Amino acid sequence: MSDTQGPASDAQVDPRLLVREEGLAGYLGEARRRIKGGELGPLPVIIGLVVIWIVFQTLNDRFLSAQNLSNLSVDIVATGLISVGIVFVLLLGEIDLSAGAVSGACAAILAVLSVNQGWNPVLAIIVSVAVGATMGLIHGFFFAKIGVPSFVVTLAGMLAWTGFQLWVLGPNGTINLPDGLISDLTGTYFAYVIAAYGLAALATAAFLIVSLAGNARRRKAGVPSRSMGDIVFRTAVLAVVAFGAAYILNLYRGLPLALLIFLAVVVVTDFVLRRTKYGRSIFAVGGNIEAARRAGINVAFIRMSVFAISGSFAALGGIFAASRIASASQATGQSNVLMMAIAAAVIGGTSLFGGRGSTFSALLGMLVIQSIASGMALQGVSNSIQFMVTGAVLLAAVVIDSVSRRSQKASGRA
Amino acid sequence: MAPVLALEGISKRFGAVQALKDVSLEVHAGEVVALVGDNGAGKSTMIKVIAGVGPPDEGEIHWEGRPVTIHSPSEAQSLGIATVYQDLALCDNLDVVGNLYLGNEIRRLGVLDEVAMEKRSRDLLNTLSIKIPSVRIPVASLSGGQRQTVAISRSLLGEPKVVLLDEPTAALGVEQTAQVLDLVERLRAQNLGVILISHNMVDVKAVADRVAVLRLGQNNGVFDARTTTQEEIIAAITGASDNAVSRRRQRSEGGT
Repeated sequence: MSDTQGPASDAQVDPRLLVREEGLAGYLGEARRRIKGGELGPLPVIIGLVVIWIVFQTLNDRFLSAQNLSNLSVDIVATGLISVGIVFVLLLGEIDLSAGAVSGACAAILAVLSVNQGWNPVLAIIVSVAVGATMGLIHGFFFAKIGVPSFVVTLAGMLAWTGFQLWVLGPNGTINLPDGLISDLTGTYFAYVIAAYGLAALATAAFLIVSLAGNARRRKAGVPSRSMGDIVFRTAVLAVVAFGAAYILNLYRGLPLALLIFLAVVVVTDFVLRRTKYGRSIFAVGGNIEAARRAGINVAFIRMSVFAISGSFAALGGIFAASRIASASQATGQSNVLMMAIAAAVIGGTSLFGGRGSTFSALLGMLVIQSIASGMALQGVSNSIQFMVTGAVLLAAVVIDSVSRRSQKASGRA
Repeated sequence: MAPVLALEGISKRFGAVQALKDVSLEVHAGEVVALVGDNGAGKSTMIKVIAGVGPPDEGEIHWEGRPVTIHSPSEAQSLGIATVYQDLALCDNLDVVGNLYLGNEIRRLGVLDEVAMEKRSRDLLNTLSIKIPSVRIPVASLSGGQRQTVAISRSLLGEPKVVLLDEPTAALGVEQTAQVLDLVERLRAQNLGVILISHNMVDVKAVADRVAVLRLGQNNGVFDARTTTQEEIIAAITGASDNAVSRRRQRSEGGT
């Protein structure tokens, strides 16, 4: 223990950053180490998505057509928004089974307020989301303050809010939404070519500027920074994806408003989770409640607020679901919506065991699920097969999660 | 010079159980006091009293000479008492920086300032000569000794004057124990008062200046670690010296 003075400073250089300085070979070595250690990140789901697209494209060449991909990008939004809320709950290591029912109930409230009561649609949307947040807060209260397991609370919520949805809709059971702001949420496309390309350029430029500025600060502070090549590589990957998507969207009707909103939600929530004290507290509670409590984090507040967030996003998802089919009915948010939202979060790489994940998994997971649904629909395959395949994909995702956790434990990383 | 922390006549009762009875303890700056005792001797209750988790029923606490009360963990922290519990309470999913600053994150324009936190973490670990492969790896991938040093470092961020270590070397290997004991000595060198709770007499003898023995919720002697043998300390812990003969001798000697 006499040699601690010297190597201490050298030893603290981040190995991940060291590897990047070694160029391509370093990257490959790093990737091998991570895969062996079970740190897969979003890699399995991206590979899965590529495989799914190749398979369906070979089966039917309309699958990768601009029209189909554009529709797909709008179809993922409603359930994707619910899934964003689910990611928050999963990060705590909990589950929200009520999200589907909450989305249906809030869609019903929106329809009744805006159509039957003639409210201003913006006001109706705000009230509807507030009701969703309140429903989530109720679950959170019983979970955090009373100590009822989240599984049971939200199961009760699922039943109760489904009943509430039927009661709000009344005997007719379906309320059609006229053309207007609410149906425009999913019906609006920015047809100007500049819209999609501009967004792609903005995203790429913002990423590059944030990376460079952050790196400059790190260098100035004398902590390890990324290499220039690394930043360029990451920016290039983002640019290819962003401009590729923009090109395809522009081939059909342009940039969909719904997709823009969804992407904004994902980026903002990811920022909140990774870069704010609140987000850090969520990860801490999901990782070790006792540690969080001792660090002075108000665990009950975090839990209740997370369930309120889940309820809000469920409501938002319900609004987009209603907007997509221009009606709120007894079927809105029912059957498989909840399962799809949870499956999307897990397929996208958010751990069911808490403490690991990102809202980007809602985006990636929904792309996988909706691609399967869309490809199956193009093939004229029935729902039965579609459910079975989606179930298999979900199982595969959970197996990858569990196995990667195990190998992380084995290599001391979880 | 007044002790930085002094407890006098501390009593604590849980229902029918008298966990602590008239217990006293003093810690000076730049001193390591070992608090030892058998299971059920009241060590954990004593920790809770000092850490503010379980305030005493009776007794006085003096901080740098003036009387204080400690009713909550945050009060203890604001006085300058840092507690490292046996179970460490680290978040395995967060990296070293995240754990060090959990609950006390440095923010810049409302956003976590990762650069400042990383820099200060590295500086802190360097001053304590702590060897950790990287401050950006999840705590899960650290060894037991490294986790212990992270937990102790975390307690130092609030610039405390007294550090309370609960069984810091339990379940550690030989090499890792040595690392933690080195760290304890560096804390003393930085003029901190250290209260070390331990079962391990070898560790106690190695780093402690004084050894306070608790037995059945009462003081059973304070020993100078350098001049007292392990056997004497163990005798005090187990009560081997607590019999009619020694009591008679004590009476004739007039107390102590």
